[in-house]
Amino acid sequence: MISCKKRAKYTFLLPFLFIFFVFSSAFAQAPEEAGAVGKAGVTPAPAAAGAGAGGGADAGVIDNGMTLFKNNCVQCHSVGEDVVVGPGLRDVHKRRSEAWLLKWIKNSSALIQSGDKDAVAVFNKFAKQQMPSFAFSDEEIGSIIAYIKSESAAPATAAAPSAGPETKPGEKVGENAVGNVGGTVDLLLIVLVVVLIVLVITLLIIASVLKNYLKGKGDLTGAEQEMLERRTNFANIYKSKAVRIIVGLIFVVVLVDISIDKVMGIGIHQGYAPRQPIAFSHKLHAGDHQINCNYCHTSVYKSSSANIPSANICMNCHSQIKKESPEIQKIYRAIENNKPIEWVRVHNLPDLAYFNHSQHTKVGGVECQTCHGPIETMEVVAQYSPLTMGWCIDCHRNTPLNTEGNAYYDNLVKLHEKQSKGAFIVASNGGTECSKCHY
Amino acid sequence: MQETIKYWRGVEELNNTPEFQKNAHNEFPEFLPVSEANGGDTSSQVAPRRDFLKLLGFGVAAATLASCEAPVRKAIPYLNKPEEVEPGVPNWYASTYFMGDIYNPILVKTREGRPIKVEGNTLSPITGGGTHSRSQASLLTLYDNNRLKGPVAKGKATTWQAIDQEIRTRLTGVQGRVVLVSNTIISPSTKAVIRDFGAQFPAFEHVTYDANSASALLRANGGLVPGYDFSKARVIVSIGADFLGSWISPVEYSRQYITNRKVTADKPTMSRHYQFETFMSMTGANADVRVPVKPSEYGAVVAALYNRIAGGTGGAAIQAPSTRVTKQIDAAAKELLASRGAALVVSDSNDPAVQTLVTAINGALGANGTTINTAAPSYVRQGDDSRMLRLINDMNAGAVGAVIFYGANPVYDHPLSAQVVNGLKKVGVKISFADRVDETAALVDYVCPDNHFLESWNDYEPKRGFLSLAQPTITNIFNTRQAQDSLLKWTGSTSDFYTVIQRTWSGIVGGAAGWDKVAHDGVATGTTGANEPTAPVAPMTLAAAAVSINKGGRAAGGNNLELEIYEKVAIGAGQHTNNPWLQEMSDPTTKATWDNYAAISTATAKRLEIEQNDVIRVTANGKSIELPALIQPGQAVDTIAIAIGYGRTHAGQAGNNVGANVYPLVSVTGDSLQFANTVSITKVGADKPIAQTQTHHTVMGRIVVQENTLANYQKDPKSVTEYIKIATPDGPQKPQKISLWQDYEYKNHHWGMVIDLNSCIGCGTCTISCQVENNVPVVGKQEVLNRREMHWLRIDRYYSSDSTREDGGFEKMENPSENPSVIFQPMLCQHCNHAPCETVCPVAATMHSTEGINQMVYNRCVGTRYCANNCPYKVRRFNWFNYANNEKFDYQMNNDLGKMVLNPDVTVRSRGVMEKCSFCVQRIQYGKLEAKKESRRPVDGEIVTACAQACPTNAIIFGDMLDPNSQVSQILNREKGERAFHVLEELNTQPNVTYLTKIRNQA
Repeated sequence: MISCKKRAKYTFLLPFLFIFFVFSSAFAQAPEEAGAVGKAGVTPAPAAAGAGAGGGADAGVIDNGMTLFKNNCVQCHSVGEDVVVGPGLRDVHKRRSEAWLLKWIKNSSALIQSGDKDAVAVFNKFAKQQMPSFAFSDEEIGSIIAYIKSESAAPATAAAPSAGPETKPGEKVGENAVGNVGGTVDLLLIVLVVVLIVLVITLLIIASVLKNYLKGKGDLTGAEQEMLERRTNFANIYKSKAVRIIVGLIFVVVLVDISIDKVMGIGIHQGYAPRQPIAFSHKLHAGDHQINCNYCHTSVYKSSSANIPSANICMNCHSQIKKESPEIQKIYRAIENNKPIEWVRVHNLPDLAYFNHSQHTKVGGVECQTCHGPIETMEVVAQYSPLTMGWCIDCHRNTPLNTEGNAYYDNLVKLHEKQSKGAFIVASNGGTECSKCHY
Repeated sequence: MQETIKYWRGVEELNNTPEFQKNAHNEFPEFLPVSEANGGDTSSQVAPRRDFLKLLGFGVAAATLASCEAPVRKAIPYLNKPEEVEPGVPNWYASTYFMGDIYNPILVKTREGRPIKVEGNTLSPITGGGTHSRSQASLLTLYDNNRLKGPVAKGKATTWQAIDQEIRTRLTGVQGRVVLVSNTIISPSTKAVIRDFGAQFPAFEHVTYDANSASALLRANGGLVPGYDFSKARVIVSIGADFLGSWISPVEYSRQYITNRKVTADKPTMSRHYQFETFMSMTGANADVRVPVKPSEYGAVVAALYNRIAGGTGGAAIQAPSTRVTKQIDAAAKELLASRGAALVVSDSNDPAVQTLVTAINGALGANGTTINTAAPSYVRQGDDSRMLRLINDMNAGAVGAVIFYGANPVYDHPLSAQVVNGLKKVGVKISFADRVDETAALVDYVCPDNHFLESWNDYEPKRGFLSLAQPTITNIFNTRQAQDSLLKWTGSTSDFYTVIQRTWSGIVGGAAGWDKVAHDGVATGTTGANEPTAPVAPMTLAAAAVSINKGGRAAGGNNLELEIYEKVAIGAGQHTNNPWLQEMSDPTTKATWDNYAAISTATAKRLEIEQNDVIRVTANGKSIELPALIQPGQAVDTIAIAIGYGRTHAGQAGNNVGANVYPLVSVTGDSLQFANTVSITKVGADKPIAQTQTHHTVMGRIVVQENTLANYQKDPKSVTEYIKIATPDGPQKPQKISLWQDYEYKNHHWGMVIDLNSCIGCGTCTISCQVENNVPVVGKQEVLNRREMHWLRIDRYYSSDSTREDGGFEKMENPSENPSVIFQPMLCQHCNHAPCETVCPVAATMHSTEGINQMVYNRCVGTRYCANNCPYKVRRFNWFNYANNEKFDYQMNNDLGKMVLNPDVTVRSRGVMEKCSFCVQRIQYGKLEAKKESRRPVDGEIVTACAQACPTNAIIFGDMLDPNSQVSQILNREKGERAFHVLEELNTQPNVTYLTKIRNQA
């Protein structure tokens, strides 16, 4: 009897439990996604994998070339075979003479006008899109070619944009902060739900088997008869004080939890993706065309703010490319009317918090995607991280300091190693102190 | 039969209680709350109002909840970003401050194209990295909403084109002389422009005058300010000259003066400084021997001094009036003679006789070539009183056809203001370049507003052989035009002023590379000769001077009440009256803000039964002004001192009608102006409080500030500072021996500050620098009176009282003696390692950092003010109001233009939070980041606080105490156990700010 009653109660609670689990796993979904993205954080710029493979040129020159290439060429050219806007430059030094390349890079239109066969051919092949002139010195162009040489010499896979198999200091952040923990909990919950469902089904099957057995038995005792005829009395459950209290409690707990969540969420605009005056796509620029973030957000390694690019930066390319697009026409109109474009700010920190991009990007070596998410897949930019103090602090408590090769930290690292066995994280250098961000 | 239904309103009615019966007949029951405020009228409106408020409250709450969505914020980039501007990265430009008073080469910090801070230019051989409070605060004048927004013709706004055309037409047909009136101009190119402009008229004159005139000094020295070099002087005698605060070139003189005032155990020598003066000036406060004398006695003092020096050097004596202060003069003369070749006498008197004697004394002492650099005289004062007086006469006689005012405002700052006003009526064409409609500009036909100096190109030659450049740091905010460009336009020239400057400099700096270097450095060496005096007034002979002094002495002596008119350190001659920062800067000695006042000596006040804040009427020249009295210890008996620069009517919002204008009381004798007069005073019977930031005058015998004599220091440097020990079971111990708290361990940096009380002259530049850097609000006079000024850094001024507690208790001790010595102590958050504030905060809004900084977190603060209560140094300031965006505090933070001066890296605090010195943590963070970016440790001197950077005397040194090579560490090592002490050490707060005992070179 008692067991039966229990079972009845259990069946009744089942939907509640089920709903609860579904909900909690749904809530847990977000961090899981976060983890996934954090891991997949894409480096748009190709890693300098083939640096050593270059033919003869020394590493410094190649390095210079890489910087120049990334800052000036990468938005139209890849070092591989693929066509971005202009041709892929793999083995270009084999196709063209260095003198020709010098002329072309310095002033392509002059070369075309001079009637150079190759120049005219290239011009026609790529939709008569003119390559802008670059005021590079001969050495600079030389270094770019050296870089292309070294990249071409490297095996194709290495030259292709690497989707971040290497672990940079910043990259683990997303994983440590939210991803891993969320993943394990989710897995446990799913297993638990499955086990429970299996248990319930098994019990139901056993009950019906037993009932059928009783039915087939024929001569039954009173008690057995009673058991067979017994139907679940829902009214009883409804009237049961214990059930009412439990249901009431669950209701209150859920309600309180939701309201606390909502209240804490005031001012947090995670996922905020306002419509911008120009439908600029990061997916197209940073994703498909692999343009380095630094190309447009020029001050991200230098300044506290990663500036919103001015219209003249757009014009570097769009004075040539896709001029007729209605969205790009908006930039032309802004320039004609001498009225800057009023973008809508997506990431809004309160005035009381000081944030410095260069501290994180240049010194900390944190990838843009660690905080801004898979920006290279976003058609419309959305706020990816909550930008709460908890979120900042979490990262500062989990991230090892990027001390390598930075003489500022040399002595500190030694001191830390002498005194502690733990990792030298941001927090161990005062990274969670008030006046690091509030002044 | 239907039962009668009974309705009742409550149990009371049902039971029909006696109380109910009573109330039933009362139409307006008493138990309902009615009008609490007015009491009388109990109309039915009361309840609806309350309901309305409830509804309103609910409505607001609902609306707030509903609108939790953040407002859309825009991010507007440049359309075409200038290459050199990187948002968030400051740019620095070298420029020069010379707004008609103090010369100061500066560096201007701009962010996103707007200037936000002024620092000293360390490359300048004249001022080094030093600044003055006025150059620091000049930034705010740029963002002054009271500036003219465009040219004005006859009271109506117009265009440049229209006004140019009209002015040129009218100037072509002008009848009579064309006169350009200006304050001293030291710009060679401007002088060239004025010369070319004048050449087109048959009769043209450029009249230069200075509000706080140095005519007599110029006359006695061939039209030039002698190239004083206080750094070479072992004995300095100043007769009235406040050369550290406001006289001629205070930044330069402070820097020189302090070189011989800094002492170490290795170099225990100091210069001896005598000061004979009326009002207790900042310079007098720094003197070793200060002698209060009446203004009329200056002549007698100088004559007596001259006779003693002449006696010692074999010169002829002159007849001299008798003086009361023979003893001090004897002492001064003896020392001057003993250090011939290293002695200097200066005076700010505008009496040609006095200046003639001073020049003679310096000559006799062999100062020329030693303490006076004859090769590099100064040009920063060129004003000639006699020419200005002649111009006023000429104007009244109708001989002037056109007058142009450039930087000059004689209607306000000339003693003969009434005649100027009358004369102007007879002038045909009147033009002013004033940046606002000031007192003079209000009476002219055309106002062609000049740019602010931070918007302009300009060049300066302050001393022979020294040049500097000013360059624009922002494009014109308003539709203004630089005065020089206006003059060029009216000359018919097609070139602009920038070209003129380049032409002037081409011979000095060479080609484009040289010009680039000058634009970068801001300073250069070379001379243009443009500022050499053309026709200096012939100097007075010694005999004539003697006659004049004897006559003057007889006339002025006795018990007459005398007025001395002086210039305040902050406000100057009146150019800065509308600058709220300077208005709220407390005066070095009186500690008063937002006012001028009649400073009166203690004895005279007692005799005339005047008390502090009593309004008195001061009458001279038949004119009188009313001002509150301020009782000033150390002031000469029977004298009154009033500051110029106040009482303006057309300065602007902050400066209008603050204090009273004392210029009309200046006495005009012959062709010179005397900034002293015989006056009579009467009590008005009113009371006007003076907003002083410090009303406790002495330290009441506590060891807050320490001083000792040079003699003791020379004997034993370890004996000059008193270190308090506390009683323990093991006998007296250092306070650190017993501690409740654990010590912090510093690994990375440990920021510390050393303040040398010997070097601090009390000028207050640091307080303004701090205010600009840290967005410290201006609170206004009433709030200062309420003790709510917000300065993070204050300079405490203490008088040494002669009395002790035994003499008559604390009350007596609060009364400084007739001629007290003064000590200045900059007081800021001490960043205690065992901070009393940190332990009492219930919300942990103030915490200690791993770098030794006591951090204040505004967003955590709930305003309990426990910390301020528990701070033994009283350096925490509470925001009683929102000072930004609040029309009650209508200063720079209440309008968009004024807000441009705010430092974007520092939060603007809101109401209800505590704030205090942060050791400029934004600069520390910035400096560390720059070092990290370049993969190195920060270099000493790279990270400095705003106060330390601004200090003209390097009294404040800031740095990393963990870096053994830093200046701070070295000073601390050197001075440990000698002069280094912590304020209130016995409390074991273990401050990170260390003071060095002041050493006086008492006679």
